[in-house]
Amino acid sequence: MAEKFDAIVVGAGPSGNAAAYTLAKAGLKVLQIERGEYPGSKNVQGAILYAQALEQIIPNFRDDAPLERHIIEQRIWMLDDNSFVGTHYRSDDYNKPPYNRYTIIRAQFDKWFSSKVREAGALLICETTAEYLLMDGDRVTGVHCDRMGGDVFADVVILADGVNSTLARKAGFHGELSSKNVALAVKEILFMPEETIQARFNIAEDEGVVIELMGTVTEGMVGTGFLYTNKDSLTIGVGCMLGDFKSNPNKTTPYALLEKLKRHPSVAPLIEGGEMKEYCAHLIPEGGFNAVPRIFGDGWMIVGDSGGFVNAAHREGSNLAMTTGRLAAETVIAAKSAGMPLNAKTLKAYKDALDDSFVMKDLKKYRHLPDVLESSPQFFTTYPELVNRAAKTLFTVDGIDKMTKQREVTGSFKSARRLSGLVSDAFKLWRATR
Amino acid sequence: MSEAAKPAAPAAPRAAGRAGRNTELSEALKAYKGVWVFVEHDRGHVNPVSWELMGEARKLADKLGVDVAGVLMGGPDEPLDAYAKDAYAFGADRCYFVRDPVLHGYRNEPFTKGLTDLVNKHQPEIMLLGATTMGRDLAGSVATTLGTGLTADCTELNIDGRALAATRPTFGGSLLCTIMTLAYRPQMATIRPRVMQMPRRDDSRLGEAVEMSLGMIETDVVTKLLEFIPDANRNTVNLAYADVIVTGGKGLKLPDNFKLIWDLARVLGAEVGGTRPVVQAGWIEADRQVGQTGKTVRPKLYIAAGVSGAIQHRVGMESSDVIVAINTDPNAPIFEFAHYGIVGNAMQVLPVLTETFRSHLNKRIRKAA
Amino acid sequence: MHIVVCIKQVPDSAQIRVHPVTNTIMRQGVPAIVNPYDLFALEEALRLKDRLGGRVTMLCMGPPQAEDALRKCISFGATDAILVTDRAFAGADTLATSYALAAAIRKIGQEQSVDLVFTGKQTIDGDTAQVGPGIAKRLGMNLLTYVSGIRDVDLDARRLKVERRAEGGVQLLESTLPSLITMLEGTNEMRFASMDDMLRAARFPVRKWNKEDAGIEDLTKIGLKGSPTIVSKVFGPTPRATKADIEAVNDSSVQDVTLNLLQKIFTAHPMIEDELVQRLSA
Repeated sequence: MAEKFDAIVVGAGPSGNAAAYTLAKAGLKVLQIERGEYPGSKNVQGAILYAQALEQIIPNFRDDAPLERHIIEQRIWMLDDNSFVGTHYRSDDYNKPPYNRYTIIRAQFDKWFSSKVREAGALLICETTAEYLLMDGDRVTGVHCDRMGGDVFADVVILADGVNSTLARKAGFHGELSSKNVALAVKEILFMPEETIQARFNIAEDEGVVIELMGTVTEGMVGTGFLYTNKDSLTIGVGCMLGDFKSNPNKTTPYALLEKLKRHPSVAPLIEGGEMKEYCAHLIPEGGFNAVPRIFGDGWMIVGDSGGFVNAAHREGSNLAMTTGRLAAETVIAAKSAGMPLNAKTLKAYKDALDDSFVMKDLKKYRHLPDVLESSPQFFTTYPELVNRAAKTLFTVDGIDKMTKQREVTGSFKSARRLSGLVSDAFKLWRATR
Repeated sequence: MSEAAKPAAPAAPRAAGRAGRNTELSEALKAYKGVWVFVEHDRGHVNPVSWELMGEARKLADKLGVDVAGVLMGGPDEPLDAYAKDAYAFGADRCYFVRDPVLHGYRNEPFTKGLTDLVNKHQPEIMLLGATTMGRDLAGSVATTLGTGLTADCTELNIDGRALAATRPTFGGSLLCTIMTLAYRPQMATIRPRVMQMPRRDDSRLGEAVEMSLGMIETDVVTKLLEFIPDANRNTVNLAYADVIVTGGKGLKLPDNFKLIWDLARVLGAEVGGTRPVVQAGWIEADRQVGQTGKTVRPKLYIAAGVSGAIQHRVGMESSDVIVAINTDPNAPIFEFAHYGIVGNAMQVLPVLTETFRSHLNKRIRKAA
Repeated sequence: MHIVVCIKQVPDSAQIRVHPVTNTIMRQGVPAIVNPYDLFALEEALRLKDRLGGRVTMLCMGPPQAEDALRKCISFGATDAILVTDRAFAGADTLATSYALAAAIRKIGQEQSVDLVFTGKQTIDGDTAQVGPGIAKRLGMNLLTYVSGIRDVDLDARRLKVERRAEGGVQLLESTLPSLITMLEGTNEMRFASMDDMLRAARFPVRKWNKEDAGIEDLTKIGLKGSPTIVSKVFGPTPRATKADIEAVNDSSVQDVTLNLLQKIFTAHPMIEDELVQRLSA
């Protein structure tokens, strides 16, 4: 009675869809199992779509994928309590198709992506939870689901079950998620007329802006905020390391932090009048390179958030998810067409492909960043304050001569961090990002 | 399976208006006049909704300058004449009677035939029924037989030009919409109990009786009533007719906090109500749900704590004489239609409010003693 | 035995919000679900099928994505599913809807005659409860609404006994086949689909009928043209002219604010004070 497939993909988020689509397109018999009511119901993202990653899977996705705005301007703001110093990059090149990044609304995007997966021939069942992996010794042979007759078998099981993944943990492939390796982020979608958004952000129809926010808004916790323009709504959110929320003496909750961000005098006017129509939270694996677990074995592979494939420094996650999903599928397809068994030896090619790609290269580059930031709250408190104060000093014309002002600025840095501290901070940053 | 018998009446309507839709009333249908109310009764009692609708029918008829008629159908032994007297007292000018043993006790087939025959013969322009189990069972069958428009669960009825404008909630209750049946007659509408006000009685009013025969015998009717099993006697919640109601919503946060609602209700001698979310969460029985999919109420005093005031709830209680709202959010929709409000935490306010009422009312009682 | 169950795919209205400025309905991202009332009808039909054998055919009139709703019903054990979908149906009110569905049921009956039609009590987006009665009338079927339980179905004698919810009690009715039953909510508990059911549903070829396939002959009876009722306007509730008399509390002022409130209410409405005094002294 129990059926056998070429591959079972657990999860219908971006990495699961990427894997299932690629496999089905190659003619393999694929079953995709999603625990939510519909694909995307358990997913939360900023959300930014990285075209390059999706192009590799569905080259003509632009034909019918639901896309909000293509991004033409990136703003990075360093905030203190009532001001910010920002860097903007805007280019008309970003207005030349094909566009590089888009804002999306996940509920609609996931629905579209999943319809493509089904069109490609994969079978999708929802409201079904894969409870544990079926094993034959060390080899994974299938999954057991929470329905009667819930055993299904496959030559390979691809775990795309997200940051809260329990399957791998239950099977002993990796340990519990540590609170220092995961961030908790909350976001809201605020509805407002297209024209208002365009006027406020200085963009035309279809053009979009991304604002990354950091500074005192996270109360010294390691984290960032973000504000994205969708077609007729704005997404605003903030996330910090879970461990930091736990040890925050103010016991500020994530939603309280978001409220604070929304009230910031530089942020509030941008979101004024918006009506909240979605409100959600999610965990993001941010342990980086050192937190990536074993990602393959006899008859199994891990893709997406489940494998911790998130580049927190650049806030990239969905492109890594899609890329890992695709590379895992390609590994399986290659092995199958060469008649090879899907054991650890063969599937190692997946890890090799990842190491060769931007996925592991980027994670490796920033592998020290989590530790550095964790031990250096000054980057989130002192420096934003100093930088903002410096800007205020230098930009305020009040009869004080410029030399005095300059000395005041350098003096403030030295007294806050001492020369040795400044040097050490610079070194830390360099080391963390080289 | 046979197609339903078509009504004798209307000539083919002329195609006109939006998108090839017919919006022109044919000459034959223009002749339809009068506002009818189906008087619902069962085992010796008239459902009060029929009188609420009679009052409403009187208002509509006065605007149109036409008569109001009640429709009374039942067995020859049922007190239909007594009901007719009530009908006249509540505003009817006439009652149409269909008396037949086959009509003793409601069944869909004979009632549908009787009512459609009456309509085809006497041609009312508007027909109102209560949105009860009987009313909804009958209205859909009759409207389909007559091929006319039926608007359900209306919260407001008006006359626009010479036509009925029926307003009801839509999109799951988030909005209201006004619906009209421009090219067909009669314009049918069902209205829930307590949405319309009970009219004043005028026992000096008289009316005309018009009889019609059913033309059906028992063997014609396929569905038989074998037995009626009354509900076991229990203290049934009488929310719809309560004069003082205290309602709790999800803003109370925890089911235990609902106790504060019961405490206040006890001091006020009030019935307790709940919004749909708290009923769905199991904090209170479904019978106590106030709102679009629950009960409509019209008390003298309605106190709502932790209730946001979404329209699904609003349409169930906005006719209350005095509405008091307690909510932490000053922008909660309920403050848009409440008469009095306290912006604050219900858990904090309710106990104090209960005590304030208790001591004030007790003082009054002692003074009177 | 052949049972047809009619369902509708509706937006999950609990999640719909209205924009305060433009008054537009924010339906984006609101998931579409099987009308919850219809699931009680489906479960009852499946129980009859379990007892007496036969087929359950799902029928739905809707846009192409309503296919998912039908698939879900297949996963619970329905035998077949037909989606009647055509642009011409757009804008249908309950009269036009019952016309289209009745035509489709007649067509289905040509393949195998239909003994029972089940529908839910009402939909959560329309709330009218009119389509079931409309279909019954058009097909000349006995109408049994607000059914809370099915006591017996005798296929040979072509008879059935049902319990029907009426004011103050339950009617025990006897009627003949074919009948149309609108099922009351809360009367049964939906079964769980097995893994096999889920896989079967995922693969199931849901039949799609356009208006010709559904046997619809009179095009003036469907869609906008076939709808006698017209929505003349949609609007948000009007805020009351006089604003509410609102006071905010802080920790120290609760007592005073409540006292104030009572003074205001009783001064303006002395009858209410009398009423409450009467109740408390009783």
